Amino acid sequence: MNTDIILILLVLTNLRLLGAGRLGASVRTVAVQGVLLGVLALLTHHDNLTVAVLLVALSGMILKGVVFPWLLFRALREAEVEREVEPFVGPILSLLAGVAALSGSLWLARRLPLPESPGSSLLVAVALFSILVGLFLIITRKKAISQVLGFLVMENGIYAFGVGLVLESPLLVELSVLLDVFVAVFVMGIIIFHISREFDHIDTHELTNLKD
Amino acid sequence: MNFISFIQPLLAPLQAGLALMLSPLLLGVINRTKAAFAGRNGQPVLQLYFDLWKLLHKGAVYSRTTTWVFRAGPIIGLAAVLLATMFVPLGGLRSTVSFTGDLVLLAYLLGLMRFFTVLAALDTGSSFEGMGASREVAFSALAEPALLLGLAALARQSGSLSLSSIYSSLSFDAWLEAGPMLALVVAVLMVVFLAENARIPVDDPNTHLELTMIHEVMVLDHSGPDFAFILYGAALKLWVLGALLAGLIIPIRTGNPWLDGGACLMGMFVIAMIVGIVESSMARLRLLCVPQLLVGAGALAVVALILSLR
Repeated sequence: MNTDIILILLVLTNLRLLGAGRLGASVRTVAVQGVLLGVLALLTHHDNLTVAVLLVALSGMILKGVVFPWLLFRALREAEVEREVEPFVGPILSLLAGVAALSGSLWLARRLPLPESPGSSLLVAVALFSILVGLFLIITRKKAISQVLGFLVMENGIYAFGVGLVLESPLLVELSVLLDVFVAVFVMGIIIFHISREFDHIDTHELTNLKD
Repeated sequence: MNFISFIQPLLAPLQAGLALMLSPLLLGVINRTKAAFAGRNGQPVLQLYFDLWKLLHKGAVYSRTTTWVFRAGPIIGLAAVLLATMFVPLGGLRSTVSFTGDLVLLAYLLGLMRFFTVLAALDTGSSFEGMGASREVAFSALAEPALLLGLAALARQSGSLSLSSIYSSLSFDAWLEAGPMLALVVAVLMVVFLAENARIPVDDPNTHLELTMIHEVMVLDHSGPDFAFILYGAALKLWVLGALLAGLIIPIRTGNPWLDGGACLMGMFVIAMIVGIVESSMARLRLLCVPQLLVGAGALAVVALILSLR
């Protein structure tokens, strides 16, 4: 029941991301999603709460809830971009696509043969939905920073899948994935800054016009 | 217990009478709440009753360009919403009329009311009213799926297609069992309630600025008794959707009709106060943002439906 509430909140944050018009709101929503995932990890393992689980969940919450938003807001500020998302696909169509993706991932989750049944029947569907939403954000948004957000949402989906399915996930793997994501966001923040300094914008659509 | 079984057949007409008598009071409560927030004394709570009484004693003025459609609009609109009132249960009580599938009829009676209001507005030939009609239709086309999907989620949860049995099964246990789903439906119904009744953040009932009006602009040419019908119809519509919302939020199902109905009635006046608070503390949304809000509500309704199908 409690994990279900967290999973539904995850779905709602994903829908919010699809409908959001401003970059700041998107960054904050992804931060909330990161914290929710940490809570999800703690809730699914609350019977056998080990130091490893605690460490992974808390470091994930701090990284995704505090450090990433800070990095991204800094990149936003230094790149001096406008605050609108500027999507190729508008918010209403994005929301409808999100609803379709949610139904599709539920359908898929029912048919997916899993070696071990997850804690909640919603979990696999929500994980797939997050991955699809992340992909959608990467494809349909113009600004480079939205693509970092899409990447983070995809990673969140994979993380949710791992949290629900693997009872004793190896500490080293989880931590190294977190470290990878951290480095990725760090580097992307620097790249966004440099792109904006070089071309006066961070519009990836314009990159198709580049010549060597 | 004997008393309750004795009173049971009287409850249905009593409920209908309550709706007919008290619905204008809801608007009075909303206006008084807004006045309190603005630091004014505000109009009397019974102001709408006075207005209706005054309008019913006036004559109507009809433009030469209008046809019978313009005169039929308010009458058919009021008849449709009166019929819709008969289907809506107050809390866990049985509604005056109920049968399998009445929730679909309810949605389409509200649709019929809107259709004839829009036709009457178009019949005046005023471009101004046509603009309001086009906005009303565009927004309600998005609000209707949200309402139907939300009700479908409730129907699926309770395993029944009649509003009375759906609402009588919405007890505390149902909230414990499917709380997240019901909370989503509450959010959806709240947005639909505000949009369908032309309240802030979708439409401002006080404004008479042509750029932003939606509902008010459609009824500008009606006068006298016709306008009274429209005002009374709007109050009944507020009652219908308010009862749907209050029956969901207040899950008191003791079996005692006075307690259940009374709690739901209190809930409706609390909702009216919440509407007043929303209107005092929020600005209208930009016209372009309204479809986003309504589609968002529709998406929430789909999520609720999916959760109930699980």
